[in-house]
Amino acid sequence: MSSRRSWAVGLLSASVVAGVVLVLVGTAAGDQQPEDVRALSDKLDDPEVIAQGRSLFERACVSCHGDGGQGSDFGPSLLSDGATGADFMLRTGRMPLASPVPQAPSKPQAFSDEETDALVAYVADLAEDRALPVVEAAAGDLVLGGELFRANCAPCHNASAIGGALSFGQHAPSLLEVPGQQIGEAMRFGPGEMPVFGEDVFSDHEMNSIVRYVDYLKDPDDPGGLSLGRIGPVTEGFAAWIIGMAALLIGIRWVTAKLWQRRTEETEVGV
Amino acid sequence: MTGAATPEPPVEGPRTRLGRLGDFFDKRLGLARLARAALDKIFPDQWSFLLGEIALYSFVILVGTGIFLALFFTAGQTTVTYDGSYAPLQGVEMSAAYQSALDLSFDVRAGLFFRQMHHWAALIFMAAIIVHMMRVFFTGAFRRPREINWVIGLSLFLLAFANGFAGYSLLDDQLSGTGLRIGNAAVISIPLVGTWIGSFLFGGDFPGDAIIGRLYSLHILVIPLLIAVLLAAHLTILIRHKHTHFPGKGARDDNVVGQRLWPTYTAKALGLFFITAGVLALMAGLLQINPIWLYGPFDIANVSSASQPDWYVGWLEGALRVMPNWTLSIFGYEIPNPFWGGVLLPGVTFSILYAWPWIEARLSGDRREHHVLDRPRDRPLRTALGVAVLVFYTVLGLAGADDVIAVAFGLSLNAWVWALRVGCIVLPIASAFITFRVCKELQLRDGPAPATGQRAPGGVTPAGDAGGDEAASSDPVPGPAVEPLERLDEAKTPVP
Ligand code: HEC
Ligand code: HEC
Ligand code: HEM
Repeated sequence: MSSRRSWAVGLLSASVVAGVVLVLVGTAAGDQQPEDVRALSDKLDDPEVIAQGRSLFERACVSCHGDGGQGSDFGPSLLSDGATGADFMLRTGRMPLASPVPQAPSKPQAFSDEETDALVAYVADLAEDRALPVVEAAAGDLVLGGELFRANCAPCHNASAIGGALSFGQHAPSLLEVPGQQIGEAMRFGPGEMPVFGEDVFSDHEMNSIVRYVDYLKDPDDPGGLSLGRIGPVTEGFAAWIIGMAALLIGIRWVTAKLWQRRTEETEVGV
Repeated sequence: MTGAATPEPPVEGPRTRLGRLGDFFDKRLGLARLARAALDKIFPDQWSFLLGEIALYSFVILVGTGIFLALFFTAGQTTVTYDGSYAPLQGVEMSAAYQSALDLSFDVRAGLFFRQMHHWAALIFMAAIIVHMMRVFFTGAFRRPREINWVIGLSLFLLAFANGFAGYSLLDDQLSGTGLRIGNAAVISIPLVGTWIGSFLFGGDFPGDAIIGRLYSLHILVIPLLIAVLLAAHLTILIRHKHTHFPGKGARDDNVVGQRLWPTYTAKALGLFFITAGVLALMAGLLQINPIWLYGPFDIANVSSASQPDWYVGWLEGALRVMPNWTLSIFGYEIPNPFWGGVLLPGVTFSILYAWPWIEARLSGDRREHHVLDRPRDRPLRTALGVAVLVFYTVLGLAGADDVIAVAFGLSLNAWVWALRVGCIVLPIASAFITFRVCKELQLRDGPAPATGQRAPGGVTPAGDAGGDEAASSDPVPGPAVEPLERLDEAKTPVP
């Protein structure tokens, strides 16, 4: 009896802990502010910075992207990427890649901010494309951002931005830990399977609004208790069984427990 | 005589006013007899007999919370501009239905609690019905004379399923609209009549402007009423047949062993009602369910990744997802793909389930009445078959969440879908085989089966009624009472 009860308690607390872990997704620190991005833009054509970037590139990137970034069997050409792509790939930690995989995962940023800036300057120089979007989420419109996000991003990233599966091993990652600046860059650059949402599609104001809404989703005004990961009916179904039905099954075992029958067993009827 | 008052002769009958009122009705309607019979009804004291009760109490809670929701919900598809207190949707155009669901969530006091309790109760309702059905199936409780109740029970399951789907679709958020769109596609895929039925149900092309209103009258009136009527029939037949019971402790095919409705069982049933309500209230207060404000209003042009139905619809969604993209042409008419998973599979499933008591009677040649249950291990074939079917639908249910699971475990979606396609064929067969072996093994461990539960040859009923009476009247806490099946003994427990 007591072992059965402790098993039940264990099950219940395990599911509660699992729920809490699902909910506690932290957000990354050290995000770029608009000033930082403007400062970076200003030094992108500084020859000294580009030179520093070239020497870093020759250490960490040529093995895959080839001499002068013209591409190799292990990595694509970078001759048309520009500052936006480089900043996105480096600051989400996608580059440098450890070994070729179908979809470069995001990781903590590998280089210091200064080194990263230099690499961005070098790659921008290759394409002569130094344009960087400057994301100012606070200037965006939350409601507009929500509408645009649900219409354009939710099909792949899910309405609560938790990410989703695409075909052939690809997936659209969760956006809940991506800094605002990189969300804007992702729209302008279109990494991997993601379409490009250029200035012809979304104005800077619309971009800022989308980023503001994604920032909102990181910590939404979310009444109703533990959010169960905001995955929707799948986790709700598991909770119904693992928490609700489990508790009720324990309930009916308790209601019919031997405890209540002790009196009656003494007088059991022989038939 | 002086001084000494002659004591009045004792008054015949009840002395209190209430008692006299009762007496009045009893003298005219014979209620005491009925009440006595009802209060004496014996319930076997075994946990699995309470599964159906969880479903019953969930239904009671659904009706209660549903009435509260209906006070505030507007089932309209007219376009309105949101001006409630949820800032991220301020000024967005949406249907009146979605707006009122948002108001319930943010601006009606306790509205969100009731929404969440209603929804959790719906999930638990379905779960309890299914576990209850499993108990009935695996113990052979559907056998003669209980085939009708099996049929009614299945109908209750279907009605509950339909009502859950309708409720989920009422709110007109992106998720519910996506569900309706898939439902619409399945209906349209029915050969020949599909398009016609689809436009009949939806009042034109999807989504139309009639569907929410129609679903609403089904959801809050028609289906709950049908459920209530069938429930009443289900329970009446149950009382008429009396409960089945497991072998042992004097259980035979011609009696019921357990505890009387009054007082023991009443206490237990009431306790269980409060446990059910308590668990549901805790879930409603602590666990968020269906955060429609994140999904946004339904827009036919949008869809979110990971759009899943509630869990009990998952197997249908899964069937649509694992079905390879085949098309078949018959007489030049091409059968659309959703037909296989969305129409044919549930059609076949429920036809077989409905006919099962008769199918099994024919296969086993056993058409006798049974009141003592089978232990699952004693019917290894039936048990193995049931497990296989459960595993099949569980795999389909997981397939309905294939994209979520693929992301959660870092699997390739395409590889995972193929694994599920193979799994939904291989796993049921493997689990049936294993179950069969386990049953046989358990039987061997038991030694020769006890001969309980079989009616003595020649229809002779072994003695036992007297024992039952004795137990009941000598014990203040009515104990394991034995009730003969053929007649109701009188005056077992005094009617209070
Ligand atoms: C192990 C090989 C490898 C190394 C080392 C590597 N990359 Fe890459 N890089 C790739 C591959 C493969 C892709 C395409 C992956 C994808 O899109 O997910 C890529 C993509 C990129 C892109 C985006 C190209 C495009 O058009 O999609 C940029 C920019 C980039 N790398 C920059 C860098 C920089 C800067 C470094 C050095 C710090 C670096 N990479 C190191 C393999 C590598
Ligand atoms: C067709 C599906 C698709 C759509 C639509 C889409 N994305 Fe993506 N998104 C992806 C994929 C796939 C990746 C991962 C790319 C890679 O790493 O190769 C991605 C990556 C991202 C990232 C980087 C995430 C990280 O972990 O670093 C951000 C930010 C992002 N998307 C934002 C958006 C926004 C904002 C929108 C809407 C304007 C959007 N996406 C629309 C598929 C999509
Ligand atoms: C078989 C019983 C029932 C089931 C399975 C069921 C299920 C559901 C579900 C799943 C929802 C969506 C809940 C949400 O996420 O908000 C819902 C909504 C609703 N139900 Fe029910 N329900 C049942 C009975 C009833 C009854 C009897 C009523 C009213 C008398 C009712 C009234 C409503 C209303 C008004 C809504 C929409 C309001 C809202 O949830 O915001 N339901 N129902």
